[in-house]
Amino acid sequence: MKYLMTTAAVLCASAAWAETPVLKVYTYDSFVSDWGPGPAVEAAFEETCACDLQLIGAGDGAALLARIKLEGARSEADVVLGLDTNLTAAAKETGLFAPHSVAAEFTLPIEWSDDTFAPFDWGYFAFVHNADMDVPANFRDLADSDLKIAIQDPRSSTPGLGLLMWVKAAYGDDAPAMWSDLSDNVLTVTKGWSESYGLFLEGEADMVLSYTTSPAYHLIAEEDAGKAAAPFDEGHYMQVEVAGKLANSDQPELADSFMAFMVSDAFQSIIPTTNWMYPAVTPASGLPDGFETLITPAKALLLSPEDAAAARDGALAEWRDALAQ
Amino acid sequence: MLQVDGLRVVQGDFALSADFTIKAGQRVAVIGPSGAGKSTLLGAIGGYTPSVAGRVVVDGREITNAAPDMRGIAMLFQDGNLFPHLTLAQNIGLGLRPALRLAADERQQVAHALGRVGLGDFGDRKPGDVSGGQQSRAALARVLVQNQPLLLLDEPFAALGPALRAEMLDLTSEVARDTGATVLMITHAPEDAERAADQVLFVDEGRVDAPRAVADIMANPPEALRTYLGH
Amino acid sequence: MARRTGSVSGPTAAGTVVALILAALVAVLSRADWPVVFGAADWAVLRFTVWQATLSALFSVAFAVPVARALARRRFAGRGLLVTLLGAPFILPVIVAVLGLLAVFGRAGWVSQGLGWVDLPPLSIYGLTGVVMAHVFFNMPLATRLILQGWQTIPAEQFRLVGQLGLSPAVVFRTLEWPVLRQVVPGALALVFVICLTSFAVALTLGGGPRATTLELAIYQAFRFDFNLGRAAILSLVQLTVAGGAAVIALWILPPIVLQTGRDRPVQRWDARGLWPLDAMWIGLAAGFLLLPLGAVVVSGMIGLGQMPSSVWSSTWTSLWVATLSAGLLIALALPIAAWLAQARWGGAEALTLLGLAASPLMIGTGWFILIYPWAAPVRFALPVTALVNAMMALPFAVRILLPAMRQVFADYGRLSAGLGLHGLDLWRIVLLPRIRPQLGFAAGLGAALSVGDLGVVTLFADPEVATLPLQMYRLMGSYQTNAASGAALILLGLAFGMFWLCDAWGRRHVAG
Repeated sequence: MKYLMTTAAVLCASAAWAETPVLKVYTYDSFVSDWGPGPAVEAAFEETCACDLQLIGAGDGAALLARIKLEGARSEADVVLGLDTNLTAAAKETGLFAPHSVAAEFTLPIEWSDDTFAPFDWGYFAFVHNADMDVPANFRDLADSDLKIAIQDPRSSTPGLGLLMWVKAAYGDDAPAMWSDLSDNVLTVTKGWSESYGLFLEGEADMVLSYTTSPAYHLIAEEDAGKAAAPFDEGHYMQVEVAGKLANSDQPELADSFMAFMVSDAFQSIIPTTNWMYPAVTPASGLPDGFETLITPAKALLLSPEDAAAARDGALAEWRDALAQ
Repeated sequence: MLQVDGLRVVQGDFALSADFTIKAGQRVAVIGPSGAGKSTLLGAIGGYTPSVAGRVVVDGREITNAAPDMRGIAMLFQDGNLFPHLTLAQNIGLGLRPALRLAADERQQVAHALGRVGLGDFGDRKPGDVSGGQQSRAALARVLVQNQPLLLLDEPFAALGPALRAEMLDLTSEVARDTGATVLMITHAPEDAERAADQVLFVDEGRVDAPRAVADIMANPPEALRTYLGH
Repeated sequence: MARRTGSVSGPTAAGTVVALILAALVAVLSRADWPVVFGAADWAVLRFTVWQATLSALFSVAFAVPVARALARRRFAGRGLLVTLLGAPFILPVIVAVLGLLAVFGRAGWVSQGLGWVDLPPLSIYGLTGVVMAHVFFNMPLATRLILQGWQTIPAEQFRLVGQLGLSPAVVFRTLEWPVLRQVVPGALALVFVICLTSFAVALTLGGGPRATTLELAIYQAFRFDFNLGRAAILSLVQLTVAGGAAVIALWILPPIVLQTGRDRPVQRWDARGLWPLDAMWIGLAAGFLLLPLGAVVVSGMIGLGQMPSSVWSSTWTSLWVATLSAGLLIALALPIAAWLAQARWGGAEALTLLGLAASPLMIGTGWFILIYPWAAPVRFALPVTALVNAMMALPFAVRILLPAMRQVFADYGRLSAGLGLHGLDLWRIVLLPRIRPQLGFAAGLGAALSVGDLGVVTLFADPEVATLPLQMYRLMGSYQTNAASGAALILLGLAFGMFWLCDAWGRRHVAG
């Protein structure tokens, strides 16, 4: 009898397991790492959804879009989380994404009206430096200084592309001139964020292209107040990270509820100290201690996805020509 | 019996032609100046050097184009007759089974061959651990188990001292008698021929003369052989 | 005549490699949008790629010759350990090595600090200097090893003769060392050239900007940002052509290899007795240049060891078995190819093996992703495909290592084996494998170590549950976990080195005389 019950229990359990819907979310690598938001997000969502949430790391933000294009309409992904506004125009063009149904009071410095992609966090690009040095107040000062900066290649990295757009948004047609003035300050250009940030921490570069929120990591996780971000008076370009639902998802309702969960407090309160970005909807509990020490740019810069996509190739050529001198 | 009919080997601008017959069980010394084609002749008979014309027949079977191991021939070279990483017993065992998986009676045969060449206790040694003479004995022990109708020797004992070399030649004769093999051996020393051969094949400038009895040719050498021997 | 060993399996293995690469290329092309333009900027990229690879190959080999010469003619305590350690940079993941190099030669590095004390400006190695320096760091040890192995084929008897005749180092160089060098150097140059041709992260990080754009970066951009598969395929094809061309030329000018049989004794050298300070200088220079950055990696890694999460250990396990699988595949491909080439009159087919190195891993990965995707979830093949791609990248090294030994075996024991009827598997088991065991161990070790250090295609297939150690290290770096990443780098170094050492030691045990 006991044996029979055990068997029945096992059968029921496996039947229940077999019926558990699986939601597959493609995201970037650092999101799923042990320190990223991934583990906490997965636990929190699975508590409420009666589903199996699978977060699948697929390289960096750019790789994510390439992966979706590669898999096309047959992709197993239900949601893609981690594109930024520089890539959303291209993503939309694939026709693989469905409109979202997310409604939330976004606390972004800009209006959000995209009906395909919903933001989950955002940040300002900034040059991070050691707190004990004199810093330039803008790109012009930086170009006139002897400071060495480490930046990322816009052809292989999303922050690199962000910097390109930053200079374009701030200087427009004068961007090429600014880049050629900056060229002697560029210590080096790396493939990704990790490499440049590593160079900065090793003391190779005076400043590194990162985020205004980077010092918060050092302050909160390492109790080190020695890093700061330099406020530039031209304004700071924003990175808004978004998620979108795939049109061919076999779990459309579950995908919708994940997207709704994404802008809820449960998800948003995880973001600041795991992804080290600003939450797209500030949770009721507010921002963690330490975030108040961060600089707040006077002006937020952001090209619309369409403008960013249109400007990209030209800006890239200008950048390459200026730095290849 | 070994029949070489109109055999022709061409290597670059050197050509060798040979046409002779050796009766079964004969021991034949191959003599001639350096570069005359002695090694080429043995290589062609052994299946290592391709021929352009002619036939080689061993015991009535044509082997002109057969692979070296399918010719009924055992051959010893100047060096490299034993694999240094295998024991003497394993090296000899290869003569019975290239796969080296020996049955009990085959192991017995190897042990017997080792005893026959005076290496009874050396089966587990590797070639590097024994003397040059003992290496030669082991190679002869393999010839013994190979039990082929034709034995070719391309100066395998050249590096040995005179006494040791004489000993090896005697052992070779014994092995040949045991197996009933016909022997073709290259040598530089007429005394070797007198000691261990019944006939002599004189090779000069790519030509191979008909075999003659040792005593006969030594008593009455042709002009070219006389020059070679320095008489 | 019986079939030669490897005459079927050799071309089959080489054909498999070519087919795997071509299939990937065709798969990528099948999804391409036409037309594709190869513009002026692309030509500039091609020029820089070839130029930096040429310089890197020349400097690596030029530095390797005196170092190998010094190592070949000196016996000193710790020489064996030094020779082994010199192999380490080659198997380091790029980012680890670059940070190690910068810790020593960077703006804030040890050398610059030393210069600061005497009021000199810090070193600046960014630019072509840095690129070439890093490439020399990676490849000089490889070139040294190749040249050293070449010189070790000179029989000891010839050096006894040198000692007896009292020949000068210059004469020894002309009569003994130069002929071997002439055989080894073109191959070494070609190999380093091809390796540097596909360099990407090194060239970018130390190159200082878009001046230092290589083809591989252009391929990366085409795949990742533009998703222009046609362009990616064309660029991959250009890379294959340049590398393949270099390989064919180098192997074509390779003179036929003359074999000499000598008894294997530890080589004692009587020449160059008075030149030991010169040799000591070269050895010291090489050791300093290569070992200091490694030391920096070790020091920073020790600090991070305590901060590593347990996931590093599971990644270590994953990397261990990927590397083992990769080494196994490598040997299965390399052995028949080497046996085939060892008996071939013309070694040109060796160039085929360089294709594995010249092909962009991203191209192979994407191609196979496209091929696998309709049939199965590519994630399930992430690790086997990684192992296979790693094996293909290591193949030219393995063939280079095995080929001379294999030629020697056929020269020394080919006739004997044929006469005894040793064919096929028996020939492998009884003759070939035992005779080439040292080279086999070395090649397998190199393959395993290269695989451990490779970030490679695993990122493309990305399995959320299992990550290789380099991927884990990158994830740590991407999450501000710099210390933990340093710790993981040290584990990576230890694993790569441990696997190499294990295989190499296995090969050298019981080497028969």
